[in-house]
Amino acid sequence: MVNAPPSAAVLPPTLETGPSAGEGRTSGAPSLRIEVRNLSFFYGGHRALSDISLPIYDREVTAFIGPSGCGKSTLIRCFNRMFDLYRGQRAEGEILLDGRNILAPDVDVTALRARVGVVFQKPTPFPMSIFENVAFGIRLYEKLSRSVLRERVEAALQAAALWDEVKDKLSQSAMGLSGGQQQRLCIARAIAVNPEVLLMDEPASALDPIATAKIEELMEELKSRYTIVVVTHNMQQAARVSAYTAFLYLGTLVEFGPTEQVFTNPRDPKTRDYITGRFG
Amino acid sequence: MMPGGLRYLRRKAVNALLLTLSAASALFGLVFLVWILREVILRGARALNWAFFTELPAPPGVAAGGMANALVGTLLLTFLAIAIGVPTGILAGTYLAEYGRRNPLARAVRFVSDILASSPSIVVGVFVYAILVKPLGSFSGLSGSVALAILMIPVVTRTSEEMLRLVPDTLREAALALGAPHWKVIVAVCYRRVLGGLATGVLLAVARVSGETAPLLFTALNNPYWNWNPLRPTGTLNVTLFNYAMSPYDDWRAKAWGAALLITLMVLATTLVARLVVSRTEIGRS
Repeated sequence: MVNAPPSAAVLPPTLETGPSAGEGRTSGAPSLRIEVRNLSFFYGGHRALSDISLPIYDREVTAFIGPSGCGKSTLIRCFNRMFDLYRGQRAEGEILLDGRNILAPDVDVTALRARVGVVFQKPTPFPMSIFENVAFGIRLYEKLSRSVLRERVEAALQAAALWDEVKDKLSQSAMGLSGGQQQRLCIARAIAVNPEVLLMDEPASALDPIATAKIEELMEELKSRYTIVVVTHNMQQAARVSAYTAFLYLGTLVEFGPTEQVFTNPRDPKTRDYITGRFG
Repeated sequence: MMPGGLRYLRRKAVNALLLTLSAASALFGLVFLVWILREVILRGARALNWAFFTELPAPPGVAAGGMANALVGTLLLTFLAIAIGVPTGILAGTYLAEYGRRNPLARAVRFVSDILASSPSIVVGVFVYAILVKPLGSFSGLSGSVALAILMIPVVTRTSEEMLRLVPDTLREAALALGAPHWKVIVAVCYRRVLGGLATGVLLAVARVSGETAPLLFTALNNPYWNWNPLRPTGTLNVTLFNYAMSPYDDWRAKAWGAALLITLMVLATTLVARLVVSRTEIGRS
């Protein structure tokens, strides 16, 4: 039925040659941060991803799009080995983060997760105060004095554009915040531990349009410091926030390229059909 | 317009009948509860006075005397039982919910725990008699606490498991995604999320064992004097109530009603606190 085009065909030449010609891009040449090589993923006997290969560029937003069940979320969960928690789930192939295969059995998963932060679809505030939510991750890695910890928490909340709204109620429960605020709190919590990569699994799909706009603005700002991978169902959102887009369908990578090219001049008819709303 | 008049009337009649029957059943149950409470309060209140709470038991026929030693003994045994049973129960529940969701050991633990929860308390009493009282050579408060703890463990285990299962996996993943080790996720995030539920489980388990007398007859036995040594026989309200109620002396039987009221009030207080905790936490609200 649907066959993935040979992986090489969908990869821009930059993958092999390093930071040189970012297709269709005018700003500085992007450098490679993560490289997915021939990744397959299995839920027990079910193959959810087949032979995925794609690059993730440093300090850019890369969007994964595709219909429900296409494997976008599965793919993003490989980047921090979240699937390790569940028996029967396994990945084959390689994901190189700065050249090291993070799927190798000897990788320290805890250290990996410190480098790769996640924001989930539904806000997941911990049942503690706003301050403690952000401090939770920091405390896992560093023993800081109260005042330094405060500064770090403030910086993270500032970066997540939440500080002004919560600075007077840091000791109140995070459960009392609105959905959009909770989601920005989760972003603050994720970036407080200074990750290098930020994975966002439909970060705005549970939010109203105003909160969504805030999250998108935030991604625009955050990309100067972090490599961002975002899964989204929202075509416009992918077009607005990302520099690169990967289109997945039935567990295969159909197309990867600069967002502008994928949206205006898709190489594969399936991509065009999906983007124009003919299926999915 | 009257579509199927007869059937409509019949439906109404059945409805009225069932409503009456269920309301009557509910009332029937309530009548006995109120009746018991009335008797216990009326007869018990007469026996409760300052001496009841401060003095040691007096021989029959002597007007003074109380159950101070038994009250202290009950509190002592209960706290010791909590100290043994609650950590064990919470940790077992944690294993079932967090580590061994579907593995064979967890399934076995769950099964055994359910059996234990419904096993007669007198069997537990005899069991503890065999494994503790006999080897130690003496009835003791400690063995009484062990018997009560064994009765508490399955209750605490299953409520802890049920509570922890209410914690959404996304919350666990969010904490793990920050690089937190599993134990830290459980202690700092999961327990915190269901603190009210865990506390309720503990309080309900306490309420459950605070009425137990049979297991204490084989373990803590009784003691008409002050006793702070958990390795000596210890008097409790329940066993004292049992002895006094079975006695041929009118004044002892009157005091037995006092003990009955006190135990009832303690269970009531525990249950009320449990309710209050539930209504004040996330579990109650969701």
